[in-house]
Amino acid sequence: MEKFKKLISTAVALSLQDVDTDQIIPARFLKATTREGFGDNLFRDWRYNANDEPNSDFILNQSEVGGEILVAGKNFGCGSSREHAAWAIYDYGFKVVISSFFADIFKNNALNNGLLPVQISDEFLLKIFAAIEVDNKTQLEVDLENEQITIIQTRESENFDINPYKKYCLQEGYDDIDFLISKREEIEAFENTISI
Amino acid sequence: MGAKTLFDKIWDTHVVHSIKDGPQVVYIDRHFIHEVTSPQAFAGLKKRGIGVFNTSKTIATADHNVPTKDQHLPIKDALSRHQVNTLINNCDEFGVELYGLGHPYQGIVHVIGPELGITQPGMTIVCGDSHTSTHGAFGNIAFGIGTSEVEQVLATQCVLQRKPKTMKIQVDGKLKQGVVSKDIILYVISQISTSGGTGYFVEFCGSAIESLSMEARMTICNMSIEMGARGGMIAPDETTFEYIKGREFAPNGTDWDKKLAHWKALKTDKDAVFDTEYHFNAVDIEPMITYGTNPGMGIGITESVPAINPTSDPSLTKALDYMDLQGGGQLLGKKIDYVFIGSCTNSRIEDLRMVADLVKGKQKADHVNAMIIPGSKQVEKQAMEEGIDQILAGAGFELRQPGCSACLGMNEDKVPTGKYCVSTSNRNFEGRQGPGARTMLASPLTAAAAAITGHITDVRKMLN
Ligand code: SF4
Repeated sequence: MEKFKKLISTAVALSLQDVDTDQIIPARFLKATTREGFGDNLFRDWRYNANDEPNSDFILNQSEVGGEILVAGKNFGCGSSREHAAWAIYDYGFKVVISSFFADIFKNNALNNGLLPVQISDEFLLKIFAAIEVDNKTQLEVDLENEQITIIQTRESENFDINPYKKYCLQEGYDDIDFLISKREEIEAFENTISI
Repeated sequence: MGAKTLFDKIWDTHVVHSIKDGPQVVYIDRHFIHEVTSPQAFAGLKKRGIGVFNTSKTIATADHNVPTKDQHLPIKDALSRHQVNTLINNCDEFGVELYGLGHPYQGIVHVIGPELGITQPGMTIVCGDSHTSTHGAFGNIAFGIGTSEVEQVLATQCVLQRKPKTMKIQVDGKLKQGVVSKDIILYVISQISTSGGTGYFVEFCGSAIESLSMEARMTICNMSIEMGARGGMIAPDETTFEYIKGREFAPNGTDWDKKLAHWKALKTDKDAVFDTEYHFNAVDIEPMITYGTNPGMGIGITESVPAINPTSDPSLTKALDYMDLQGGGQLLGKKIDYVFIGSCTNSRIEDLRMVADLVKGKQKADHVNAMIIPGSKQVEKQAMEEGIDQILAGAGFELRQPGCSACLGMNEDKVPTGKYCVSTSNRNFEGRQGPGARTMLASPLTAAAAAITGHITDVRKMLN
């Protein structure tokens, strides 16, 4: 996993609520057996029409906007447990997803892949959408160390919460499996005490 | 010691290690895997040069990506074939038991665990699939995980998790005629929304829940993820024990007696406190149907679709646009094109019996394409033994072979663009059943009724 410290970038605004994992990556693209390449089909059915032509209304097809941050409406990532959703977003080039609420499994999956889910208040989310609407070159700063997000142009900022252990993992590029493997002996001892 | 919820009791006895201010290392009793979310996890083990920690606790099947016709022939789609073969090779290499295509136990992962008696009370159960919550109907902690976590469990038999909060959902009273467990859960989700349960683990209780069969309880727990919850559970009781007894992998002899004594103690203490509670009355529940593009967008079959205000609600506007429905209108009488009866929500033998009882001696509407996909080889076998296959065929339904099928449109079973499908599955997301497909979630009874009349129908009018 790559290390994450601080990111300053323009952002892509997707102002819809309840964006589910079937939209992030439709099931028919889950047939791969490796983790790479899912970015090509990120938001596939919103990005392309039925004839596989890019849909010019969709934000990712509007070339003047871009960046490593995705900002989305409330309850982002609901639906299936497919980690492919986090892989697709990361593979496409996003390092941070901002929303006022994340579905649980998606949040875990993102954190396990170095994709930082930043959960902020509904009010601050509206401010970000508004700032981007006025100027799509608006830059956001995501500072993991200080757990703070700032709209550079307006200097408005808000703090976000992240679990200290997960923060450490992101900063160090350390993942859960490394940690669990280091606990193998303890797990074996536990297993010997149970009867199920 | 303070009073505890059932969830706390099971969770706390499975914690191996707690990280200060961080997640806990939770031991997993049963791990189910399937072809779609496991290949990258096995690849991770190979990269690290390690094996599976305890092969006796992992069970594999092929379900998401398999054809539901001619399962004896090689899979036509090259990518699907490769994915299923990768599972076969990985199970072989790592020594994991596989109930793959052609095996008498093959089926949807959340159907086979319970029917084989692998799923038992008091356990921790995970699978790289969000509907793992289904297993909670037996009074255990079961939840879906991502592929990195599948790798964690394969490597260490544990996952790192933060303990969720607890929620109680109590449903009391007697269900009205024509209302079944699918309607209960669609009703609950419509009341508390698709994110209302996020961060929580739910215990369902109350007289309406206790009166349900195990299969009906599974339907409820199955969809607890659709309100955002990590999982749902129902305390085990005589109905649970009766269901498990005698199944293939159920304990027997003195082991059964020992387990039973343990299971009987699995209850929430009287004074235990939940972080959140909801109470509902069974009599308020009508047969339900969804009109939008998430499972929270559901209404009673005789109710109207909510009116929209495009400026204040872009998500609802987008949903109704996609569904090509009018805000404020009724769904009753709306012409439909497809009926899909299947998925880990409603593909068990009781679901098939329910449908067969309703359609016996009737004919599906000519313009409707009605398919039924049994949840497992065992369900399929039993349906044949009971003559259900004949009844369904007689009514013009197509009975296919076990798998996830059009629930997620990963294989060739899809609903075409723009077509309406009344579906017993669990998700009506845009494109879930195929690009452009318009899904309306409902119970097997409501779906079967729509197949017969060819439009959205109040099934109560067809009963008696
Ligand atoms: S039937 Fe549908 S919801 Fe259930 S496991 Fe299969 S794809 Fe997932």
